[in-house]
Amino acid sequence: MKVLVGAGSCGFAAGAHKLMDELEAIQDLQIDYEITGCIGMCHLEPIMEVHEGGEVFRFVKVLPEDVRPILEDFRNYANNRISVEDADSLVKQPRVVLKNCGVINPEDIEDYINIGGYEAIRNCYESSSPEAVINEIKTSGLRGRGGAGFPTWFKWDAARKSPGPKKYVVCNADEGDPGAFMDRSVLEGDPHTLIEGMMICGFAIDSDEGVVYVRAEYPLAIRRLEKAIKDARAKNILGKDIFGIKGRNFDLRIKAGAGAFVCGEETALIASLEGERGMPRLKPPFPAQKGFWQLPTNINNVETFANVPWIIRNGGAAFAKFGIESSKGTKVFALTGKVKKGGLVEVPMGMSLREVIYDIGGGIVGDRPFKAVQLGGPSGGCVPMQLIDTSVDYESITRTGAIVGSGGMVVMDDTTCMVDMARFFLDFTCKESCGKCTYCRMGTKRMLEILERITNGQGKDGDIELLEELSYKVKDGSLCGLGQTAPNPVLTTIKYFRNEYEDHIYNKTCTAKQCAALIRYEVVADKCIGCTVCAKACPVSCIKGELRKVHEIDQDACIKCGQCFQKCKFDAIRVY
Amino acid sequence: MGIQDQVEDRALVDLSLIDPIIEKYGKVKGSTITILQGVQETYGFLPSETLTYIAKKTGMKEAKLYGVATFYTQFRMKPVGKNLIMLCQGTACHVNGASAIEKAIVEELGICEGETTSDGIFTFTNVACLGCCSLAPVMMINGETYAKLTPEKTVGVLRELRAEAQSEMEVS
Repeated sequence: MKVLVGAGSCGFAAGAHKLMDELEAIQDLQIDYEITGCIGMCHLEPIMEVHEGGEVFRFVKVLPEDVRPILEDFRNYANNRISVEDADSLVKQPRVVLKNCGVINPEDIEDYINIGGYEAIRNCYESSSPEAVINEIKTSGLRGRGGAGFPTWFKWDAARKSPGPKKYVVCNADEGDPGAFMDRSVLEGDPHTLIEGMMICGFAIDSDEGVVYVRAEYPLAIRRLEKAIKDARAKNILGKDIFGIKGRNFDLRIKAGAGAFVCGEETALIASLEGERGMPRLKPPFPAQKGFWQLPTNINNVETFANVPWIIRNGGAAFAKFGIESSKGTKVFALTGKVKKGGLVEVPMGMSLREVIYDIGGGIVGDRPFKAVQLGGPSGGCVPMQLIDTSVDYESITRTGAIVGSGGMVVMDDTTCMVDMARFFLDFTCKESCGKCTYCRMGTKRMLEILERITNGQGKDGDIELLEELSYKVKDGSLCGLGQTAPNPVLTTIKYFRNEYEDHIYNKTCTAKQCAALIRYEVVADKCIGCTVCAKACPVSCIKGELRKVHEIDQDACIKCGQCFQKCKFDAIRVY
Repeated sequence: MGIQDQVEDRALVDLSLIDPIIEKYGKVKGSTITILQGVQETYGFLPSETLTYIAKKTGMKEAKLYGVATFYTQFRMKPVGKNLIMLCQGTACHVNGASAIEKAIVEELGICEGETTSDGIFTFTNVACLGCCSLAPVMMINGETYAKLTPEKTVGVLRELRAEAQSEMEVS
């Protein structure tokens, strides 16, 4: 019997370490347990699996006290058993990138080798050529998974043809988009796949040194990757004369980022690697010509590299069978927000947003109405209900004004205010702007001020037009992707939810009831039974009333914290 | 001991503690960030005299070190409390009510974002996504993640940590 505990960051956050403590504690059962990465079903964490005689028994939302009863009778134990529906939704996802996440032990290199790991790179070294590898990537149609969707083979080819005494392979693991965590999951759940992907790239562009730039907010990912690199070195998979083949050298090191969203941009990332402030520079020259230390450098993100070993092992044509004409393969999305089954999902390109949100995500929490889905983080935009049948591929999503980006998919229901969302993202980009370009530095600040004014109930006629004008100027006047895409959340919300902006500005109302300055709480007289719960909960004591008599809120003193609304069990407080 | 005293106490930090870091990375080009990360790990923040010290030892410009230190959000120029609260302000957390959590923290501790309580037990800071979006809203305190927060749950966690810190102080 083998027991697996899902031990990614989200598993730990949900209490996986308590399960592990319990497994250590119950020694009489002599349990051999192992950890594994995130299987993607974060809403069901902590997850524990029992493997016995080729069968897998999966248990979800396991508490420490469940561990013993499960282990003693795992075949018949019905509580915590994964539902048929959830198990099905897992089967429905073709897995290329997340193939090993939640399956193998990320801290054990043998686990990875046993399922055919490092065979792709061995084959490359033994019987392939850089041209053949790049050709295979070209056949696969793989495009960069970090944001812009640039064809991967083209970048590799450019770096290969670029002359230089030394070349670098850089992995961008500075996953800064709020709402996206697929790279973290791969690093934590399957670090060897990333290493192998980077080695194949090194072979293709003739580089012997790689750097992984990981954000410091991912301590577990850094720890697992460090261990993976150490183990690979010990087995002569990284280092000199790899597999004993003379002249095949490749080594890898980790560089921990220091927290700057702009470092997701490749030239800024290079500046940061060189120890400078992470500020982007003008392209060309592209990193493929002049990158790290002015030498040819190929930069891809984690998910892109994680696709590579699969492609080399199974062939580019097999990969191209997934997806549609312009966008091949699968894409991992971080499905979060007001969705029932949040987590990581891997879907073939071309699936509709509706299928992702309703079939895999299980629909909206509390079965509330769907309002919009935010794609691509601060660089992306909001796709509204009327476009929910849009196919998930680079071109179709771009046509809506959003981008596929790194794959954050934040679902919103009718309680999300779209003006507030635009403000939220602008607040983010404004803080994260490196300050090099005036329009990005000052323009986003001015836009943020306007949005703050609108959500505070002080919007005025002409604000929407001013926002649009500034948006286009910021786009035109910025050097890098951060500034060029920062206005997207504003532009898409104005495009699809202009009425909400107008309500805020002209009618001074917030239909989602989120903007504190535009709402008021009132007691519904015929529902209030005078239980005094609201009065006790009110932090500013502005609710007056005697026991068993209808209460009243003093509107002048109310700070609109919503405590009374949340506490009332009789539906007697309403928001207007 | 108040935080002000701590600052003064640390005004004369033991600079020799960072000699090994400077020795290891001082000559490696492009290591500015790595050195600063090592310094912060040593003292919990970047005491200003360390920047002068590194500049003197390595020949880097102090202004450049200061520029790098202030560019990245990871680096702090002031000491932090015993418990560093990092509240996630990612999109999923925002949609699921991170602002209510922030309000609860601010009210419970009586400090604003970026500040440290006078007893030195808590420092509160907002961070961009922690990558636990499906368990939003979340916060991380000293590496431990607290998920699916409500204002009540948050206050409970803080009171527990405060009690722990206070009893430790009494013992010592």
